[in-house]
Amino acid sequence: MRLVDQRRPHPVQGKGFILLVGGLAIALALAVAFSVGVGTVDVPVARVVAVVWAHLTGDTAGLDPLTDQIVWTFRTPRVLLAAVAGAGLSLAGLCLQTLVRNPLADPYTFGVTAGASLGAVVVMTTGIAAGIGVAGGAFAGSSLSLLVVFVMAQRGGRLIGTSLVLAGVAVAYLGMAGTGLLQLLVDPSELRGVMFWLLGSVAGASWADLTIPAVATAVTGLWLMSRGRMMNALATGEDTAAGLGVDVNRLRVLLLVAASLLTATVVSVAGGIGFVGLVVPHAVRLVVGPDHRKVIPVSLLGGAVFLVLVDLATRTVNKPNEMPIGIFTAALGAPFFLMLLRGRRRTLR
Amino acid sequence: MKIQIEDLSVMIDDLPILGDVSVEVETGTVTGLIGPNGSGKSTLLRCVYRALKPVRGSVHIGESDVWRGNAREAGRRTAVVVQDHDLDNGFSVEETVLMGRTPHKGILERDNADDRDIVRDALDRVGMAWAARRVFTRLSGGERQRVLVARALAQKTPVLLLDEPTNHLDIGAQLGLLGLVRELGLTTVVALHDLDHATTYCDRLVLLRSGRVLAAGVPSEVLEPERVAEVFGVRSAIVPHPLTGRPHLVTANQ
Repeated sequence: MRLVDQRRPHPVQGKGFILLVGGLAIALALAVAFSVGVGTVDVPVARVVAVVWAHLTGDTAGLDPLTDQIVWTFRTPRVLLAAVAGAGLSLAGLCLQTLVRNPLADPYTFGVTAGASLGAVVVMTTGIAAGIGVAGGAFAGSSLSLLVVFVMAQRGGRLIGTSLVLAGVAVAYLGMAGTGLLQLLVDPSELRGVMFWLLGSVAGASWADLTIPAVATAVTGLWLMSRGRMMNALATGEDTAAGLGVDVNRLRVLLLVAASLLTATVVSVAGGIGFVGLVVPHAVRLVVGPDHRKVIPVSLLGGAVFLVLVDLATRTVNKPNEMPIGIFTAALGAPFFLMLLRGRRRTLR
Repeated sequence: MKIQIEDLSVMIDDLPILGDVSVEVETGTVTGLIGPNGSGKSTLLRCVYRALKPVRGSVHIGESDVWRGNAREAGRRTAVVVQDHDLDNGFSVEETVLMGRTPHKGILERDNADDRDIVRDALDRVGMAWAARRVFTRLSGGERQRVLVARALAQKTPVLLLDEPTNHLDIGAQLGLLGLVRELGLTTVVALHDLDHATTYCDRLVLLRSGRVLAAGVPSEVLEPERVAEVFGVRSAIVPHPLTGRPHLVTANQ
């Protein structure tokens, strides 16, 4: 009789996965509907659903104008932006974690968020490269910061875990300092703006803000799904992946672009929300296991639900005041990061 | 499928690692790569499985040039068991072996019954079917290596490469694994540290030193006592094994 570890690899398997995805989709719909109803003026969920339904069917004639404005013009885009930002940042974190084979990777810890913020602020305040737009500036900033982090952290073609984290921290500081400086130089009274880029916010989102990050997240999510098998191979080792017929360098470049794109499009409308990409994929892996073909869709949905709920918390813990969303994600994420750092010290050689 | 390596040269950080290495491996034979640490065994293998691009020279598997074709095609011809020590992910044994199907599957194509049959057969062949549902990293070193061989089998390639597969295994697991590799009948190249294992389990040997081929041929020719003394600094003799009668290489300090 041999002694074998009888623990099952991960809790959710087989049909459980389909139930989980369905459950998360329903949870997301409910969380959005409930969250739209909560605020200075509370609107019952049934009314929220009625207003949204009226807009979707184009039959808005019978709606109370005030409720309509609160629900459709102000709160729905805000809550949906929280959902899109949560999904996008979770996928960005997942891309980076697979890319460097390190669970500590996240757009925030790697300085990508700060780089995107700086890029966006440079375009907004100085008018330099105004042609590329705020989103373009954020993308340039995020790509550049990722590139710097990678160049600093590699020795002879191999990425060093500790160097990645340290380079990320340094780039993040630099980006934040630059953002703060620019905002103060341009308009000293705009302290709120600085806070927006440093801590993130989904308050004041409009429907127009939603399009670019939503499309970027959907397209990148689909593309990632098509690369799930290759990402699995890469997660087990670069040489293993090469032996399995994966063009490792090409995949890594594409993952880098995907992470930059996701982070940039989210940051350009929601500011620097940190740690979502760290917490969500890790929690998802604990539940569904390491297979990317499962981790990607569940992270997308789970990230959306997570940030909708966090946004709800920022509006309810200190009513009627609102707290910046980034304070909450950092409060949840930073201890999580430290826990991972302790638990996974072995991978940080 | 025949492997032809011609005039291969590799530089890493401006340091020459391999210089003008040429090796031929006949279909269905086992070739051992031997040499001191840092002689370029792993580097040579990495060039064959497309993990490291040589600066000069070519690698042909059958008729096709590995570095001219794409990665996916290479993955259908060559399977590899690499030395990975930080496989700190939670994949199960079954999932690990299923990865062998990667080069055969289109994007978004799901694993089907055929794939699962192939995985089961591969695990049966290496004697690891009992562990299909276990977490890969919780197996012993010898069991893990067997699972990685199963993954290579699931890849259904004519060529198998192994980079020091017996490292950190107990002696029973070492001999079991090498015996298994021999039985598979694939065109095999295996980097080995143990000269006696190389003598016993390989048809031909290629001896590397400082990135160059010092000798190639059948084990008894390559491992002449003078050459072993020169390269490895030990005295040696090839003697019949008292139990099996097969030739074995024994060594003693100089």
